[in-house]
Amino acid sequence: MLDSYEESVLIFLGINMVLALSLYLPISAGQLSLGHGGFMAIGAYVTVICTTWLGWPLVAGLAGGGLAAALAGAVVGFPALRIKGIYLIILTMGFGEIVRIFFLNFEPTGGASGIGGIKHLTTLPLVMGVAALMLLCLMRFRGARIGRALRAVQEDEVAAEAMGVNLTRVKVAAFALGALGAGIGGGLYAHQALFIDPGQFGFFRSAEIFLIVVLGGLGTYWGPVVGAAVVTLLPELLRFVQDWRMTVFGSLLVLCAVLRPAGLLSGRRRPAV
Amino acid sequence: MLRVDRLAKRFGGYQALAGVDLAVEPGTVHAVIGPNGAGKTTLFNVITGILPPTEGDVSLEGRDITGWRADRVTRAGIARTFQQVRLFRGMSALENVMVGRHARTRGGFGAALIRPPFRERGEEAETRRRAQELLELVGLAARAQTSGGDLTLVEQRRLEVARALASDPRLLLLDEPAGGMTPVEVEDLNQLIRKIRESGGTVLLVEHHMRLVMRVSDVVTVLDAGRVIASGSPDTVRRDPRVIAAYLGRDA
Repeated sequence: MLDSYEESVLIFLGINMVLALSLYLPISAGQLSLGHGGFMAIGAYVTVICTTWLGWPLVAGLAGGGLAAALAGAVVGFPALRIKGIYLIILTMGFGEIVRIFFLNFEPTGGASGIGGIKHLTTLPLVMGVAALMLLCLMRFRGARIGRALRAVQEDEVAAEAMGVNLTRVKVAAFALGALGAGIGGGLYAHQALFIDPGQFGFFRSAEIFLIVVLGGLGTYWGPVVGAAVVTLLPELLRFVQDWRMTVFGSLLVLCAVLRPAGLLSGRRRPAV
Repeated sequence: MLRVDRLAKRFGGYQALAGVDLAVEPGTVHAVIGPNGAGKTTLFNVITGILPPTEGDVSLEGRDITGWRADRVTRAGIARTFQQVRLFRGMSALENVMVGRHARTRGGFGAALIRPPFRERGEEAETRRRAQELLELVGLAARAQTSGGDLTLVEQRRLEVARALASDPRLLLLDEPAGGMTPVEVEDLNQLIRKIRESGGTVLLVEHHMRLVMRVSDVVTVLDAGRVIASGSPDTVRRDPRVIAAYLGRDA
Protein backbone atom coordinates (compact mmCIF):
# COMPACT_ATOMS: atom_id res chain seq x y z
CA MET A 1 0.00 0.00 0.00
CA LEU A 2 0.91 3.62 -0.38
CA ASP A 3 2.36 5.41 2.59
CA SER A 4 0.87 8.79 3.45
CA TYR A 5 3.68 10.68 1.71
CA GLU A 6 3.15 8.81 -1.55
CA GLU A 7 -0.58 9.23 -1.30
CA SER A 8 -0.30 12.97 -0.78
CA VAL A 9 2.05 13.30 -3.75
CA LEU A 10 -0.43 11.42 -5.93
CA ILE A 11 -3.32 13.58 -4.68
CA PHE A 12 -1.39 16.71 -5.64
CA LEU A 13 -0.68 15.07 -8.99
CA GLY A 14 -4.43 14.58 -9.45
CA ILE A 15 -5.16 18.18 -8.46
CA ASN A 16 -2.57 19.44 -10.96
CA MET A 17 -4.17 17.24 -13.62
CA VAL A 18 -7.59 18.75 -12.87
CA LEU A 19 -6.17 22.28 -13.06
CA ALA A 20 -4.22 21.64 -16.25
CA LEU A 21 -7.12 19.87 -17.99
CA SER A 22 -9.37 22.80 -17.13
CA LEU A 23 -6.89 25.28 -18.63
CA TYR A 24 -6.52 23.12 -21.73
CA LEU A 25 -10.08 23.92 -22.84
CA PRO A 26 -9.72 27.72 -23.20
CA ILE A 27 -6.21 27.30 -24.59
CA SER A 28 -7.55 24.93 -27.24
CA ALA A 29 -9.85 27.78 -28.31
CA GLY A 30 -6.83 30.06 -28.61
CA GLN A 31 -7.28 31.82 -25.26
CA LEU A 32 -4.00 31.88 -23.36
CA SER A 33 -4.65 32.49 -19.69
CA LEU A 34 -2.21 33.24 -16.88
CA GLY A 35 -5.01 33.85 -14.40
CA HIS A 36 -6.04 30.33 -13.58
CA GLY A 37 -4.79 30.71 -10.01
CA GLY A 38 -7.49 33.35 -9.55
CA PHE A 39 -10.29 30.95 -10.53
CA MET A 40 -8.68 28.32 -8.33
CA ALA A 41 -8.71 30.76 -5.40
CA ILE A 42 -12.41 31.54 -5.90
CA GLY A 43 -13.15 27.82 -6.01
CA ALA A 44 -11.05 27.09 -2.93
CA TYR A 45 -12.56 29.85 -0.77
CA VAL A 46 -16.16 29.23 -1.84
CA THR A 47 -15.81 25.47 -1.35
CA VAL A 48 -14.40 25.96 2.15
CA ILE A 49 -17.19 28.43 3.00
CA CYS A 50 -19.76 25.85 1.84
CA THR A 51 -18.24 22.84 3.59
CA THR A 52 -16.77 24.33 6.77
CA TRP A 53 -19.14 27.20 7.53
CA LEU A 54 -22.38 25.92 6.01
CA GLY A 55 -21.71 22.26 6.67
CA TRP A 56 -22.38 21.07 3.13
CA PRO A 57 -20.95 17.75 1.97
CA LEU A 58 -17.73 18.03 -0.06
CA VAL A 59 -19.30 17.30 -3.46
CA ALA A 60 -21.88 20.05 -2.99
CA GLY A 61 -19.14 22.39 -1.83
CA LEU A 62 -17.06 21.60 -4.93
CA ALA A 63 -20.08 22.27 -7.11
CA GLY A 64 -20.57 25.63 -5.37
CA GLY A 65 -16.90 26.54 -5.73
CA GLY A 66 -16.86 25.46 -9.36
CA LEU A 67 -19.97 27.45 -10.21
CA ALA A 68 -18.68 30.57 -8.49
CA ALA A 69 -15.45 30.31 -10.47
CA ALA A 70 -17.39 29.66 -13.70
CA LEU A 71 -19.42 32.81 -13.09
CA ALA A 72 -16.22 34.81 -12.66
CA GLY A 73 -14.91 33.11 -15.82
CA ALA A 74 -17.91 34.23 -17.84
CA VAL A 75 -17.47 37.80 -16.57
CA VAL A 76 -13.76 37.84 -17.46
CA GLY A 77 -14.51 36.00 -20.72
CA PHE A 78 -16.37 38.94 -22.25
CA PRO A 79 -13.55 41.52 -22.19
CA ALA A 80 -11.20 38.67 -23.09
CA LEU A 81 -13.09 38.23 -26.38
CA ARG A 82 -11.62 41.30 -27.95
CA ILE A 83 -7.96 40.65 -27.29
CA LYS A 84 -5.55 37.88 -28.12
CA GLY A 85 -2.12 36.48 -27.47
CA ILE A 86 0.15 38.34 -25.07
CA TYR A 87 -2.48 41.01 -24.38
CA LEU A 88 -4.90 38.37 -23.18
CA ILE A 89 -2.13 36.93 -21.01
CA ILE A 90 -1.66 40.35 -19.41
CA LEU A 91 -5.42 40.74 -18.84
CA THR A 92 -5.70 37.33 -17.20
CA MET A 93 -2.61 38.02 -15.07
CA GLY A 94 -4.29 41.19 -13.91
CA PHE A 95 -7.42 39.23 -13.04
CA GLY A 96 -5.40 36.72 -11.00
CA GLU A 97 -3.80 39.57 -9.04
CA ILE A 98 -7.16 41.24 -8.42
CA VAL A 99 -8.52 38.02 -6.92
CA ARG A 100 -5.44 37.52 -4.76
CA ILE A 101 -5.53 41.08 -3.44
CA PHE A 102 -9.29 40.85 -2.88
CA PHE A 103 -8.85 37.86 -0.56
CA LEU A 104 -5.82 39.50 1.03
CA ASN A 105 -8.04 42.37 2.18
CA PHE A 106 -11.28 40.48 2.70
CA GLU A 107 -11.47 40.03 6.47
CA PRO A 108 -14.39 37.54 6.64
CA THR A 109 -12.15 34.89 5.05
CA GLY A 110 -9.21 35.77 7.26
CA GLY A 111 -7.43 38.23 4.98
CA ALA A 112 -3.70 37.61 4.81
CA SER A 113 -3.80 35.00 7.56
CA GLY A 114 -6.10 32.78 5.51
CA ILE A 115 -8.39 30.00 6.70
CA GLY A 116 -7.06 27.09 8.72
CA GLY A 117 -8.56 23.99 10.27
CA ILE A 118 -10.07 22.75 7.00
CA LYS A 119 -11.12 19.12 7.21
CA HIS A 120 -9.15 16.58 5.22
CA LEU A 121 -11.82 15.38 2.82
CA THR A 122 -9.95 15.08 -0.47
CA THR A 123 -9.14 11.46 -1.24
CA LEU A 124 -7.05 9.90 -3.97
CA PRO A 125 -9.98 8.11 -5.69
CA LEU A 126 -12.03 11.34 -5.66
CA VAL A 127 -9.26 13.43 -7.21
CA MET A 128 -8.42 10.84 -9.84
CA GLY A 129 -12.12 10.37 -10.54
CA VAL A 130 -12.59 14.10 -11.16
CA ALA A 131 -9.50 14.17 -13.40
CA ALA A 132 -10.72 11.14 -15.35
CA LEU A 133 -14.16 12.69 -15.74
CA MET A 134 -12.64 15.90 -17.11
CA LEU A 135 -10.44 13.94 -19.51
CA LEU A 136 -13.53 12.06 -20.66
CA CYS A 137 -15.38 15.35 -21.24
CA LEU A 138 -12.51 16.69 -23.35
CA MET A 139 -12.50 13.45 -25.37
CA ARG A 140 -16.23 13.76 -25.95
CA PHE A 141 -15.90 17.39 -27.06
CA ARG A 142 -13.08 16.62 -29.47
CA GLY A 143 -14.95 14.61 -32.08
CA ALA A 144 -18.19 16.57 -31.85
CA ARG A 145 -19.50 19.70 -33.50
CA ILE A 146 -18.45 21.94 -30.61
CA GLY A 147 -14.94 20.46 -30.52
CA ARG A 148 -14.47 21.12 -34.22
CA ALA A 149 -15.71 24.67 -33.70
CA LEU A 150 -13.17 25.21 -30.89
CA ARG A 151 -10.31 24.00 -33.05
CA ALA A 152 -11.55 26.12 -35.95
CA VAL A 153 -11.59 29.20 -33.69
CA GLN A 154 -8.04 28.45 -32.58
CA GLU A 155 -6.87 28.04 -36.18
CA ASP A 156 -8.58 31.06 -37.76
CA GLU A 157 -11.23 33.16 -36.07
CA VAL A 158 -12.32 35.01 -39.22
CA ALA A 159 -12.85 31.79 -41.15
CA ALA A 160 -14.57 30.12 -38.19
CA GLU A 161 -17.01 33.01 -37.92
CA ALA A 162 -17.63 32.81 -41.66
CA MET A 163 -18.66 29.17 -41.11
CA GLY A 164 -21.40 30.35 -38.76
CA VAL A 165 -19.53 29.86 -35.49
CA ASN A 166 -20.71 32.37 -32.90
CA LEU A 167 -17.33 33.46 -31.56
CA THR A 168 -18.76 35.16 -28.47
CA ARG A 169 -20.68 32.15 -27.34
CA VAL A 170 -17.94 29.60 -28.01
CA LYS A 171 -15.13 31.61 -26.46
CA VAL A 172 -17.03 32.72 -23.35
CA ALA A 173 -18.28 29.16 -22.83
CA ALA A 174 -14.76 27.73 -23.17
CA PHE A 175 -13.43 30.29 -20.72
CA ALA A 176 -16.24 29.71 -18.20
CA LEU A 177 -15.91 25.91 -18.42
CA GLY A 178 -12.16 26.24 -17.89
CA ALA A 179 -12.87 28.37 -14.83
CA LEU A 180 -15.37 25.79 -13.60
CA GLY A 181 -12.68 23.10 -13.68
CA ALA A 182 -10.17 25.39 -11.97
CA GLY A 183 -12.72 26.15 -9.24
CA ILE A 184 -13.27 22.44 -8.58
CA GLY A 185 -9.50 21.95 -8.55
CA GLY A 186 -9.22 24.77 -6.02
CA GLY A 187 -11.81 23.13 -3.76
CA LEU A 188 -10.00 19.79 -3.90
CA TYR A 189 -6.76 21.60 -3.15
CA ALA A 190 -8.21 23.35 -0.10
CA HIS A 191 -9.39 20.07 1.43
CA GLN A 192 -5.96 18.54 0.89
CA ALA A 193 -3.77 21.49 1.94
CA LEU A 194 -6.04 22.07 5.00
CA PHE A 195 -4.92 25.69 5.17
CA ILE A 196 -5.44 28.31 2.45
CA ASP A 197 -4.25 31.88 2.18
CA PRO A 198 -4.20 34.27 -0.80
CA GLY A 199 -0.49 33.77 -1.37
CA GLN A 200 -1.02 30.16 -2.50
CA PHE A 201 -3.06 31.30 -5.51
CA GLY A 202 -0.83 34.04 -6.83
CA PHE A 203 0.99 34.44 -10.09
CA PHE A 204 3.29 31.49 -9.49
CA ARG A 205 0.33 29.12 -9.21
CA SER A 206 -1.10 30.42 -12.51
CA ALA A 207 2.31 30.13 -14.15
CA GLU A 208 2.70 26.56 -12.89
CA ILE A 209 -0.64 25.48 -14.39
CA PHE A 210 0.23 27.22 -17.64
CA LEU A 211 3.64 25.51 -17.63
CA ILE A 212 2.02 22.09 -17.16
CA VAL A 213 -0.22 22.56 -20.19
CA VAL A 214 2.47 23.95 -22.47
CA LEU A 215 5.03 21.37 -21.32
CA GLY A 216 2.61 18.53 -21.98
CA GLY A 217 1.75 19.81 -25.43
CA LEU A 218 -1.39 21.33 -26.90
CA GLY A 219 -2.01 18.80 -29.66
CA THR A 220 -3.86 16.32 -27.47
CA TYR A 221 -5.80 16.25 -24.20
CA TRP A 222 -3.25 13.75 -22.85
CA GLY A 223 -0.75 16.62 -22.85
CA PRO A 224 -2.00 18.14 -19.55
CA VAL A 225 -1.93 14.67 -17.93
CA VAL A 226 1.68 14.01 -18.90
CA GLY A 227 2.68 17.59 -18.08
CA ALA A 228 1.12 17.31 -14.61
CA ALA A 229 2.94 14.03 -14.01
CA VAL A 230 6.30 15.56 -14.92
CA VAL A 231 5.82 18.80 -12.96
CA THR A 232 4.49 17.03 -9.85
CA LEU A 233 6.59 13.88 -9.71
CA LEU A 234 9.94 15.05 -11.03
CA PRO A 235 10.72 17.36 -8.07
CA GLU A 236 9.86 14.48 -5.71
CA LEU A 237 12.06 12.04 -7.61
CA LEU A 238 14.85 14.62 -7.54
CA ARG A 239 14.93 14.82 -3.74
CA PHE A 240 18.20 12.85 -3.72
CA VAL A 241 20.07 15.86 -5.13
CA GLN A 242 18.83 17.82 -2.08
CA ASP A 243 19.60 21.55 -2.30
CA TRP A 244 20.07 21.37 -6.06
CA ARG A 245 16.61 19.90 -6.61
CA MET A 246 14.85 22.90 -8.16
CA THR A 247 17.95 23.84 -10.15
CA VAL A 248 18.04 20.40 -11.74
CA PHE A 249 14.27 20.53 -12.26
CA GLY A 250 14.55 23.92 -13.98
CA SER A 251 17.37 22.67 -16.19
CA LEU A 252 15.29 19.66 -17.23
CA LEU A 253 12.43 22.00 -18.17
CA VAL A 254 14.80 24.06 -20.31
CA LEU A 255 15.99 20.84 -21.92
CA CYS A 256 12.38 19.90 -22.70
CA ALA A 257 11.79 23.31 -24.26
CA VAL A 258 14.82 22.84 -26.49
CA LEU A 259 14.17 19.23 -27.50
CA ARG A 260 10.36 19.26 -27.66
CA PRO A 261 9.37 22.89 -28.34
CA ALA A 262 5.74 21.96 -29.06
CA GLY A 263 5.38 20.00 -25.81
CA LEU A 264 6.20 16.47 -24.72
CA LEU A 265 3.23 15.00 -26.57
CA SER A 266 3.44 17.25 -29.60
CA GLY A 267 1.32 15.70 -32.29
CA ARG A 268 1.35 16.71 -35.90
CA ARG A 269 -0.08 20.07 -35.05
CA ARG A 270 1.95 23.22 -34.79
CA PRO A 271 2.33 24.79 -31.35
CA ALA A 272 -0.39 27.32 -30.65
CA VAL A 273 1.81 29.59 -28.54
CA MET B 1 -31.72 37.56 -54.47
CA LEU B 2 -28.90 39.80 -53.22
CA ARG B 3 -29.37 43.55 -53.39
CA VAL B 4 -26.67 46.04 -52.57
CA ASP B 5 -27.75 49.69 -52.44
CA ARG B 6 -25.44 52.73 -52.34
CA LEU B 7 -22.91 50.73 -50.38
CA ALA B 8 -19.99 52.81 -49.15
CA LYS B 9 -16.93 51.89 -47.11
CA ARG B 10 -14.35 54.38 -45.96
CA PHE B 11 -11.06 53.51 -44.27
CA GLY B 12 -9.95 56.77 -42.69
CA GLY B 13 -9.39 59.06 -45.68
CA TYR B 14 -9.57 56.25 -48.22
CA GLN B 15 -12.89 55.62 -49.96
CA ALA B 16 -12.76 51.89 -50.82
CA LEU B 17 -16.41 51.72 -51.90
CA ALA B 18 -18.20 54.89 -53.06
CA GLY B 19 -21.86 53.98 -53.42
CA VAL B 20 -22.03 50.56 -55.10
CA ASP B 21 -25.36 49.23 -56.42
CA LEU B 22 -25.59 45.57 -57.32
CA ALA B 23 -28.43 43.11 -57.88
CA VAL B 24 -27.70 39.40 -58.17
CA GLU B 25 -30.51 37.39 -59.78
CA PRO B 26 -31.25 33.90 -58.47
CA GLY B 27 -29.74 31.03 -60.44
CA THR B 28 -27.09 33.15 -62.14
CA VAL B 29 -23.33 33.46 -62.03
CA HIS B 30 -22.54 37.11 -61.47
CA ALA B 31 -18.93 38.27 -61.76
CA VAL B 32 -17.40 41.41 -60.28
CA ILE B 33 -14.25 42.50 -62.03
CA GLY B 34 -12.06 45.56 -61.91
CA PRO B 35 -8.46 46.68 -61.63
CA ASN B 36 -6.49 46.08 -58.41
CA GLY B 37 -7.75 48.33 -55.64
CA ALA B 38 -11.17 48.73 -57.25
CA GLY B 39 -12.85 47.55 -54.03
CA LYS B 40 -13.87 44.01 -55.00
CA THR B 41 -12.67 42.23 -51.88
CA THR B 42 -13.91 45.08 -49.67
CA LEU B 43 -17.34 44.62 -51.27
CA PHE B 44 -17.24 40.92 -50.33
CA ASN B 45 -16.09 41.67 -46.80
CA VAL B 46 -18.92 44.16 -46.25
CA ILE B 47 -21.56 41.83 -47.72
CA THR B 48 -20.44 38.93 -45.50
CA GLY B 49 -20.24 40.97 -42.31
CA ILE B 50 -16.48 40.84 -41.86
CA LEU B 51 -16.40 44.65 -42.20
CA PRO B 52 -19.23 47.02 -41.24
CA PRO B 53 -20.34 49.35 -44.04
CA THR B 54 -19.99 53.12 -43.69
CA GLU B 55 -23.24 53.70 -45.58
CA GLY B 56 -25.76 51.79 -47.67
CA ASP B 57 -27.79 48.61 -47.40
CA VAL B 58 -27.38 44.91 -48.13
CA SER B 59 -30.37 42.62 -48.35
CA LEU B 60 -30.76 38.92 -49.09
CA GLU B 61 -34.08 37.75 -50.51
CA GLY B 62 -35.78 40.87 -49.21
CA ARG B 63 -34.29 40.58 -45.72
CA ASP B 64 -32.09 43.44 -44.56
CA ILE B 65 -28.74 41.99 -43.46
CA THR B 66 -26.75 45.24 -43.35
CA GLY B 67 -24.06 45.17 -40.68
CA TRP B 68 -24.92 41.67 -39.46
CA ARG B 69 -22.16 39.67 -37.82
CA ALA B 70 -20.44 37.20 -40.15
CA ASP B 71 -21.88 34.08 -38.48
CA ARG B 72 -25.43 35.43 -38.80
CA VAL B 73 -24.88 36.27 -42.47
CA THR B 74 -23.77 32.67 -43.03
CA ARG B 75 -26.85 31.33 -41.29
CA ALA B 76 -28.96 33.67 -43.43
CA GLY B 77 -27.60 31.87 -46.49
CA ILE B 78 -24.41 33.48 -47.79
CA ALA B 79 -21.18 31.45 -47.80
CA ARG B 80 -17.81 32.56 -49.09
CA THR B 81 -14.26 31.60 -49.93
CA PHE B 82 -11.24 33.78 -49.25
CA GLN B 83 -8.75 35.23 -51.69
CA GLN B 84 -5.92 34.54 -49.23
CA VAL B 85 -6.96 30.97 -48.49
CA ARG B 86 -8.10 30.66 -44.86
CA LEU B 87 -8.42 26.95 -44.20
CA PHE B 88 -8.14 25.33 -40.79
CA ARG B 89 -4.67 24.09 -41.60
CA GLY B 90 -4.27 21.67 -38.70
CA MET B 91 -7.56 19.92 -39.44
CA SER B 92 -8.14 17.31 -42.12
CA ALA B 93 -9.88 18.20 -45.37
CA LEU B 94 -12.93 16.28 -44.19
CA GLU B 95 -13.00 18.11 -40.84
CA ASN B 96 -12.72 21.44 -42.64
CA VAL B 97 -15.89 20.68 -44.59
CA MET B 98 -17.57 19.38 -41.43
CA VAL B 99 -16.89 22.73 -39.74
CA GLY B 100 -18.57 24.26 -42.77
CA ARG B 101 -21.77 22.45 -41.70
CA HIS B 102 -21.72 24.36 -38.41
CA ALA B 103 -24.33 26.88 -39.52
CA ARG B 104 -26.83 24.12 -40.33
CA THR B 105 -26.33 21.86 -37.32
CA ARG B 106 -26.97 22.10 -33.61
CA GLY B 107 -25.38 20.93 -30.40
CA GLY B 108 -22.85 22.41 -27.98
CA PHE B 109 -20.90 21.14 -24.99
CA GLY B 110 -23.88 19.36 -23.46
CA ALA B 111 -24.82 17.57 -26.67
CA ALA B 112 -21.21 16.45 -27.09
CA LEU B 113 -21.31 14.80 -23.66
CA ILE B 114 -24.57 12.92 -24.05
CA ARG B 115 -24.08 11.70 -27.61
CA PRO B 116 -23.83 7.92 -27.89
CA PRO B 117 -20.29 6.56 -27.61
CA PHE B 118 -18.39 4.65 -30.32
CA ARG B 119 -20.83 5.32 -33.13
CA GLU B 120 -21.97 8.48 -34.82
CA ARG B 121 -25.68 8.80 -35.21
CA GLY B 122 -28.24 11.25 -36.48
CA GLU B 123 -26.95 14.67 -37.30
CA GLU B 124 -23.27 13.87 -36.81
CA ALA B 125 -23.36 10.95 -39.23
CA GLU B 126 -25.29 13.14 -41.66
CA THR B 127 -22.65 15.88 -41.34
CA ARG B 128 -19.89 13.41 -42.20
CA ARG B 129 -21.82 11.95 -45.13
CA ARG B 130 -22.56 15.38 -46.56
CA ALA B 131 -18.92 16.45 -46.13
CA GLN B 132 -17.74 13.38 -48.02
CA GLU B 133 -20.18 14.12 -50.83
CA LEU B 134 -18.87 17.66 -51.13
CA LEU B 135 -15.25 16.49 -51.17
CA GLU B 136 -16.21 14.23 -54.03
CA LEU B 137 -17.89 17.14 -55.84
CA VAL B 138 -14.68 19.20 -55.76
CA GLY B 139 -12.50 16.19 -56.55
CA LEU B 140 -10.82 15.83 -53.16
CA ALA B 141 -12.36 12.55 -51.96
CA ALA B 142 -8.95 10.87 -51.99
CA ARG B 143 -7.48 13.67 -49.84
CA ALA B 144 -10.14 13.56 -47.10
CA GLN B 145 -7.66 12.70 -44.34
CA THR B 146 -4.91 15.10 -45.45
CA SER B 147 -4.59 18.14 -43.23
CA GLY B 148 -5.59 21.43 -44.82
CA GLY B 149 -2.09 22.85 -44.61
CA ASP B 150 -0.59 19.92 -46.52
CA LEU B 151 -2.78 20.35 -49.60
CA THR B 152 -1.50 22.17 -52.68
CA LEU B 153 -2.73 25.72 -53.18
CA VAL B 154 -5.14 24.64 -55.89
CA GLU B 155 -6.51 21.83 -53.70
CA GLN B 156 -6.87 24.34 -50.87
CA ARG B 157 -8.96 26.63 -53.08
CA ARG B 158 -11.19 23.71 -54.03
CA LEU B 159 -11.50 22.68 -50.41
CA GLU B 160 -12.62 26.21 -49.55
CA VAL B 161 -15.41 25.88 -52.11
CA ALA B 162 -16.52 22.57 -50.56
CA ARG B 163 -16.37 24.06 -47.06
CA ALA B 164 -18.49 27.04 -48.17
CA LEU B 165 -21.03 24.78 -49.90
CA ALA B 166 -21.40 22.76 -46.71
CA SER B 167 -23.54 25.52 -45.19
CA ASP B 168 -26.16 24.98 -47.96
CA PRO B 169 -25.80 28.60 -49.07
CA ARG B 170 -28.38 30.29 -51.23
CA LEU B 171 -25.62 32.56 -52.47
CA LEU B 172 -21.99 31.50 -52.84
CA LEU B 173 -19.29 34.18 -52.92
CA LEU B 174 -16.03 33.13 -54.55
CA ASP B 175 -13.09 35.50 -54.06
CA GLU B 176 -10.56 34.89 -56.87
CA PRO B 177 -11.00 31.12 -56.94
CA ALA B 178 -8.77 30.75 -60.02
CA GLY B 179 -5.70 32.39 -58.44
CA GLY B 180 -2.58 30.35 -59.15
CA MET B 181 -4.36 27.79 -61.33
CA THR B 182 -3.13 26.33 -64.62
CA PRO B 183 -5.45 26.48 -67.67
CA VAL B 184 -6.55 22.86 -67.09
CA GLU B 185 -7.38 23.60 -63.45
CA VAL B 186 -9.28 26.74 -64.46
CA GLU B 187 -11.34 24.58 -66.81
CA ASP B 188 -12.16 22.23 -63.89
CA LEU B 189 -13.22 25.26 -61.86
CA ASN B 190 -15.40 26.43 -64.75
CA GLN B 191 -17.14 23.04 -64.74
CA LEU B 192 -17.55 23.16 -60.97
CA ILE B 193 -19.17 26.62 -61.03
CA ARG B 194 -21.51 25.45 -63.81
CA LYS B 195 -22.45 22.41 -61.75
CA ILE B 196 -23.26 24.62 -58.77
CA ARG B 197 -25.50 26.82 -60.92
CA GLU B 198 -27.21 23.83 -62.54
CA SER B 199 -28.10 22.47 -59.12
CA GLY B 200 -29.91 25.73 -58.42
CA GLY B 201 -27.11 27.72 -56.78
CA THR B 202 -26.35 31.40 -57.25
CA VAL B 203 -22.75 32.52 -57.46
CA LEU B 204 -21.13 35.91 -57.00
CA LEU B 205 -17.57 35.80 -58.24
CA VAL B 206 -14.60 38.13 -57.96
CA GLU B 207 -12.01 37.11 -60.49
CA HIS B 208 -9.06 38.44 -62.48
CA HIS B 209 -9.00 35.54 -64.89
CA MET B 210 -10.85 37.13 -67.83
CA ARG B 211 -11.27 34.00 -69.90
CA LEU B 212 -13.02 32.29 -67.01
CA VAL B 213 -15.19 35.34 -66.26
CA MET B 214 -16.28 35.71 -69.87
CA ARG B 215 -17.12 32.01 -70.19
CA VAL B 216 -18.85 31.31 -66.91
CA SER B 217 -20.74 34.51 -66.07
CA ASP B 218 -24.27 35.52 -66.93
CA VAL B 219 -23.74 39.07 -65.71
CA VAL B 220 -20.54 41.02 -65.23
CA THR B 221 -20.23 44.13 -63.08
CA VAL B 222 -17.14 46.26 -63.41
CA LEU B 223 -15.82 48.23 -60.44
CA ASP B 224 -13.26 50.99 -60.63
CA ALA B 225 -12.15 53.11 -57.70
CA GLY B 226 -15.08 51.94 -55.59
CA ARG B 227 -17.77 52.69 -58.19
CA VAL B 228 -19.71 50.57 -60.67
CA ILE B 229 -18.68 51.74 -64.13
CA ALA B 230 -20.51 49.10 -66.18
CA SER B 231 -22.80 46.13 -65.73
CA GLY B 232 -24.36 43.68 -68.18
CA SER B 233 -23.69 40.57 -70.22
CA PRO B 234 -20.05 39.59 -70.73
CA ASP B 235 -20.17 40.73 -74.35
CA THR B 236 -21.56 44.20 -73.72
CA VAL B 237 -19.18 44.80 -70.85
CA ARG B 238 -16.20 43.69 -72.90
CA ARG B 239 -16.96 46.32 -75.55
CA ASP B 240 -17.81 49.11 -73.13
CA PRO B 241 -15.37 51.98 -73.73
CA ARG B 242 -15.34 52.91 -70.01
CA VAL B 243 -14.24 49.38 -69.13
CA ILE B 244 -11.49 49.39 -71.70
CA ALA B 245 -10.34 52.76 -70.39
CA ALA B 246 -10.30 51.55 -66.78
CA TYR B 247 -8.20 48.53 -67.64
CA LEU B 248 -5.87 50.03 -70.24
CA GLY B 249 -5.74 53.72 -69.32
CA ARG B 250 -7.74 56.68 -70.62
CA ASP B 251 -6.00 56.97 -73.95
CA ALA B 252 -6.33 53.40 -75.09
